[in-house]
Amino acid sequence: MKNRRRNTLFFIILAGTALCSVTLAGGLLYEGAAAADFAQKNLPPCPAHPFGTDWMGRDMLRRTLAGLSLSVRVGGLTAAVSAAAALVLGGAAAAFGGWVDALISWITDLVMGIPHILLIILISIACGRGLWGVTIGVALSHWTSLARLIRGEVLQLKGAPYLQLARRLGVSRGRLVKNHLLLHLMPQFLTGLILQFPHAILHEASVTFLGFGLSPEQPAIGIILAESMGYLTTGRWWLALFPGLSLVGAVMLFALAGERLRLLLSPATAQD
Amino acid sequence: MRHRLQFTIKKLVRMALLLLGVSLSAFLLMDAAPLDPLQTNIGQAALGSMSPEQLARLEEYWGVNTPAAERYLAWLSGALRGDFGVSLLYRRPVAEVISLRLGASVWLLLSAWALAGVLGLTLGVLAGANRGRWPDLLIRAACLTVSSTPSFWLALLLLMVFSVWLGILPIGLAVPIGTAAADVTLPQRLLHALLPALTLSVAGMANIALHTREKAVDVLDSDYIFLARARGERHILIRHVLRNVTLPAITLQFASIGEIIGGSVLVEQVFSYPGLGQAAVAAGLGGDLPLLLGITVITAVLVFGGNLAADLLYGVVDPRIRRGAAKG
Repeated sequence: MKNRRRNTLFFIILAGTALCSVTLAGGLLYEGAAAADFAQKNLPPCPAHPFGTDWMGRDMLRRTLAGLSLSVRVGGLTAAVSAAAALVLGGAAAAFGGWVDALISWITDLVMGIPHILLIILISIACGRGLWGVTIGVALSHWTSLARLIRGEVLQLKGAPYLQLARRLGVSRGRLVKNHLLLHLMPQFLTGLILQFPHAILHEASVTFLGFGLSPEQPAIGIILAESMGYLTTGRWWLALFPGLSLVGAVMLFALAGERLRLLLSPATAQD
Repeated sequence: MRHRLQFTIKKLVRMALLLLGVSLSAFLLMDAAPLDPLQTNIGQAALGSMSPEQLARLEEYWGVNTPAAERYLAWLSGALRGDFGVSLLYRRPVAEVISLRLGASVWLLLSAWALAGVLGLTLGVLAGANRGRWPDLLIRAACLTVSSTPSFWLALLLLMVFSVWLGILPIGLAVPIGTAAADVTLPQRLLHALLPALTLSVAGMANIALHTREKAVDVLDSDYIFLARARGERHILIRHVLRNVTLPAITLQFASIGEIIGGSVLVEQVFSYPGLGQAAVAAGLGGDLPLLLGITVITAVLVFGGNLAADLLYGVVDPRIRRGAAKG
């Protein structure tokens, strides 16, 4: 905690490394994750299978890693899409004002009026369920709060003396947006992007858990946990505990990295 | 007073327009779904044994060839009179199913909502007042962990510990199995609602606590607290901090309605609790579009109602807003 800059950098590198290695491991283990071995079924955690095995003798560590890598990829894609949507919509609302602003604010309120889970369920049904249904659902439901934030920021920047001055000096509109506005928004945007990540992963897992995402043979944390529900009363605790813990770990890493970045980039808390 | 009335009416009109938007977009999303109304309503097997004339009659009944706009208007005119159509899964009017399910969920949601608010506010102020010391670090770490935890997994863990391992709480449902509805006692109901309510409130608390903490820190850094300290005032936390934290706390509390309902969808699924959330999942998985549409609209009413209540409460709590709102 001595140096917030170094500390933040450390967390971002750690989160990045974890992201890459989990994606890589998941990709490599994808084949093995579905391999059944009935001689090895229902084993509690042991050195050969640190996360135990399930009723088909599938290694839970492999399934968890494969599922986590899927979650991380979906989370990354959806966070990027929704952050970009937030930037465009929030920026447009503030820059154009008038009816554009009213319309975008109205749509934002509308999307916020339906709980995320319900909205993702609706969108995934519209897309015929499946992985893409969930991905589109998560991407389309998470931009609202960041869009509001960016709208407020751009509104404030519009009146800023340095922008007024640049315009009076004859800087073209495109350059004004590119060099002055976007650059100034970058910190908020990046923090928002990283902080979207945990939400996106959690909602992807939740909707998959409910059964709207993938088919049962595909490895996904939500599927694994939904399956483990059937074995709760028979005492196979490892089926639910370890996959869930790994998900929490991954989510927390990004939440921590994003939170630190936010504190560092806001002048009020940078020197805390 | 007249200004307050105007303000309320303006908000109500906006709310009505938003509800119209919610129902229309939900309707369009369902219309886009690749679900054949005949197959979802009757089933593949029954369809195969029908004559073309029967099929044509059914297609007309389910409005296969009617344009979406016409169907939406028909639904809307029914909905305005309280008729939300018939649920395909339960074969009963949607309004009836929703009121039954909401009746089962309402105490769960209300207690979780209240508990989350009280816990969040208390922990947030406590953490803010002890900034940098161990209570702050502990509360922040706990909140971060909870907000990184999917609520359904938390529910699974609690089930494993309290129902399977310790065996002191029921494993699911809202009432004991094999008991007639008339014989169920209140303690039994409470016992069954305990774990779901606890899960929901713990999940909802983290966000409120973290935001309240930030606000409490801001307040404690302000000049008026500095002056109050210099004058040797006592009870600063209750007289100054708590009062100034109330406003954002109201926002957070009413904004959390949507989250609590969203969480209940997951938590009710884990605990097999027969509430509104479970009905939403069943409707989504079973292609029961009228019920899902009804649930979406009812949920939006609750969320927008919460926003409205927060807007009105600001005026009650803060005299500055009461006067300021009169102008805008």
